[in-house]
Amino acid sequence: MDNIQSINFFIPELILVATIAFCLIIDFFLSKKNSFNVAYVALIGIILSGISLWFSSPLITTSLFLNSIVLDPFSRIFKFIFLISSFITILISLDTSELKNRSLGEYFTLITAMILGLILMTSSVDLIMIYLSIELVSIISFILAGYLRFKMISNEAAIKYVIYGAFSSGLMLYGFSLLYGLTGTTKLFEMNKVLFSHDFSHINLSLIVSFLLIIAGLGYKIAIAPFHFWTPDVYEGSPTPITAFFSVAPKAAGFALMIRFLNSLFGDFNPLNSENWVSIEGVPWQAILLLLSALTMIIGNLIAIQQENVKRLLAYSSIAHAGYILMGIPLLSKDGVFAVVFYIIVYLFMQLGAFYISIIIADKYKTEKIEDYAGIGWQSPFLGILMSLFMFSLTGLPPTAGFIGKFYLFAAVINAGTQYYWIAIVGVLNSVISLYYYMRIVKVMYFNEKNIQNSFVPSQFSILLLLILGIPTIYFGVQWTYIHEWVDSALKFFIPNF
Amino acid sequence: MDFNILSWLIWTPVLGAILIVILPKNRMHLIKWIAVFFTGIQLLLSILLWFNFDNNIQGFQFMEKSPWIPAFNITYMLGVDGLSLPMVGLTALLSFLCVFVSWNIDKAPKGYFSLFLLLDAGMMGVFLSLDFFLFYIFWEVMLLPMYFLIGIWGGPNREYAAIKFFLYTLFGSVLMLIAVLALYFSSGRTFDMIELMSTAPTALSQISWWGFSGVKVVWLLLFIGFAIKVPIFPFHTWLPLAHVEAPTAISVILAGVLLKMGTYGILRINFPMIPDGTVWFAGILAFLALINIIWGGMCALAQTDLKKMVAYSSINHMGYVMLGMSAVVAAGSKYGSNIAAAELGMNGAVLQMFNHGTITAMLFILVGVVYDRAHHRDINGFGGLASKTPIYAAIVALAWFAGLGLPGLSGFISEAMTFLGAFPVYRNIVILSTIGILLNAAYFLTSYQKIFLGKLNEKYKDLPEINRREILILVPLAILVIFLGIYPTPLIDIMKTTMSEIIFRVEASELLVK
Repeated sequence: MDNIQSINFFIPELILVATIAFCLIIDFFLSKKNSFNVAYVALIGIILSGISLWFSSPLITTSLFLNSIVLDPFSRIFKFIFLISSFITILISLDTSELKNRSLGEYFTLITAMILGLILMTSSVDLIMIYLSIELVSIISFILAGYLRFKMISNEAAIKYVIYGAFSSGLMLYGFSLLYGLTGTTKLFEMNKVLFSHDFSHINLSLIVSFLLIIAGLGYKIAIAPFHFWTPDVYEGSPTPITAFFSVAPKAAGFALMIRFLNSLFGDFNPLNSENWVSIEGVPWQAILLLLSALTMIIGNLIAIQQENVKRLLAYSSIAHAGYILMGIPLLSKDGVFAVVFYIIVYLFMQLGAFYISIIIADKYKTEKIEDYAGIGWQSPFLGILMSLFMFSLTGLPPTAGFIGKFYLFAAVINAGTQYYWIAIVGVLNSVISLYYYMRIVKVMYFNEKNIQNSFVPSQFSILLLLILGIPTIYFGVQWTYIHEWVDSALKFFIPNF
Repeated sequence: MDFNILSWLIWTPVLGAILIVILPKNRMHLIKWIAVFFTGIQLLLSILLWFNFDNNIQGFQFMEKSPWIPAFNITYMLGVDGLSLPMVGLTALLSFLCVFVSWNIDKAPKGYFSLFLLLDAGMMGVFLSLDFFLFYIFWEVMLLPMYFLIGIWGGPNREYAAIKFFLYTLFGSVLMLIAVLALYFSSGRTFDMIELMSTAPTALSQISWWGFSGVKVVWLLLFIGFAIKVPIFPFHTWLPLAHVEAPTAISVILAGVLLKMGTYGILRINFPMIPDGTVWFAGILAFLALINIIWGGMCALAQTDLKKMVAYSSINHMGYVMLGMSAVVAAGSKYGSNIAAAELGMNGAVLQMFNHGTITAMLFILVGVVYDRAHHRDINGFGGLASKTPIYAAIVALAWFAGLGLPGLSGFISEAMTFLGAFPVYRNIVILSTIGILLNAAYFLTSYQKIFLGKLNEKYKDLPEINRREILILVPLAILVIFLGIYPTPLIDIMKTTMSEIIFRVEASELLVK
């Protein structure tokens, strides 16, 4: 489809672009004290974009802008994920004292711009477009990580993020160039055709090298081991709402990009007609990803055990979650992709919920230390119960949504065949390890009775927002038919007609 | 009956828990009576179920089935048979009595009783669900209230005990989850246990894992999950800790009901669904039973803490259950088609599960009685209490004798049945196991002697006698122990048909053909 025709299918994104511009203009007219009002413009823009997305046809699959991005149900579901997570992030940002009395116009503008980058990440099918969208997200991330510019730790986070980000982007770009050299095109689908027309029955070194380089770049984005070293420091230094956002939305986009990239490059283009894909031979990419998945879970969990700071604990645990999700990608099955998308949706609610409670507690008691949570369960039953709920869900205990997410992931692994059982066993054992540190927070809140003496009721705004995050976490653990069908209907990819 | 009695059995306590949560904090008395009311209703329902149960029907009764997640073929399916009915009765009875055991809980009673009722619902759900997914959910859901009940209301070392219990059992259940999924996908995408019993035996032999047959792998994964609950050596180390740290009522539930879930799971799932694995493992199961019996007995003998002694006696007593279960292979033609022995062993095992539930409940409640008064449980720290508290001493004597398997009390019959059942196949193991009975007698009698006989310890000359509430809790249990010791037939009649069915399924295994 040419550029002019494509505009018709690009309305949700265009609304976001207009919102970004509008936010910038409004910000000019607001004093520093009132700059938080930009948030409302951003929220309205997100809602409008969501509405237009809602009314767009859910079944349409086509390519836009001269085959550089695609529109399909798979990208549509991720667009909803980004809009919901950024909407909640903006609400959380309005509530935290960390950002009080700062100029916030750019802050909300950048979040909105980031959504656009994330959406492009999940829709790109052209190497140039993929790189541009990743950079759009990354550069905004650097700025947002360093937004508390009077805090040393926030500056440190931004600098570390930039250095790691630039390095991994370079690696990925080199991988892309190798791939371009091998195939002579930047379009994923044409590359796939070239790759499949060659005989790759023996190991092809240049293809493997380019795959590894690209995985390094993507792995950095979704924070899988061994590309995760930036995560804890960046997560600790960034404003906490941004940390929560980083641990959900860019990761989801990274996984979506990974699914599309790997399946359209190494797959046989048949995801619609069969339950299982056929992979190209000559690149052991499945084995590599499974090993990285196991490594990520183990490293994330083992280091999370030692953390004393709640934010750092959640950061490392989010590494472990990336490991679980990664299990579903190399299975080459519809079940695997289904489980990945399902997990990301439930992960959104529980992860944002856990972070939000840590923000409320940090605002009220000026502490992020786990030990200082002692007694909160008794003094503020609402926060205690919800925090426990999110911890159970992150561990993957029924009857919470986290269990169902893990259940589908393990089901996909088991269904893929006995040769994958080992990764399922690594996965479930890691859930047991994670129980220890998640329960430590619950234990401190309930079993240790000291420190916090005065009872505390969160504001109505906080209660409402926590219920928005908490109710799905429990409800999708009991009845998830609707969400199952929704995700199931989203597993349709754009396939060109050759 | 035209109302869904099984659903009511499970969800009645949940209603109670919700009611307690919305009550104001200061209505202490009302909270307790609500707990009494809802567990009481549950007990009445289980009695109703008991009397309407037809002993001669094969398969499940009072079945309920409705779709839950059609996309994954998950259903809400309940049913009761001769194996689950005794466990349902035991759960309802002990839950009801334990509300009274917990009468003096004054730390956050609202939280305590609502969690207790949730625990009750979870246990009931495990015994009644026939959908494997549902079973797994209940199996895990139960862990959460248990963790809090030990961790908040427990003894000095409660945090460590609670997390250790949680980690151990979760470790087992996640391995079980893999087995559940392997069964699901190999048997044509179903969680329906009845269907799995007919499809799984052949389906599992089709898959293999690194050269091991799927039969063995899945059997072992399930077994580890259940073994941790039983607990079977070497997975038993969480038990003494959790039992000792938990408040009395929770110790009763732990020992009385939770341990039974392990053997219940093996009998409900491993035996009929994977008969080949069962036959392959039966010898090792008998050997593990021997270790449990001897090890549990010797550890109990070495304890100076009364509650720890009782906890280790549970390990010993669960050994008899496993010994009886391993007798199932006697029915195969390889072992002379001795169906009578297999039935004796299997019925003995389930009878022992029930009897241990009642006896150990008495033991823990009695330990709690003395601890409430003396504030310690050191066996050597008492002496001559019989002269000060004769009623207490008499009831303890009854419970202690039941625990050591005195003829005429219920424990004797079931232990004897398991021995007789296993004897034709595992002669040497059974002979060695009888040492366990001697050990039982040794630690129960010496502890009784140290506490109640001899010269009165002056410190306890004002020790109050057991009170009326405690006696009333113990009376129903004592009646059951005496009644089933003299006349166990009604209980055996209930389980007989189901046990024959399970034996029939295991017997069908090719490994048992001569």
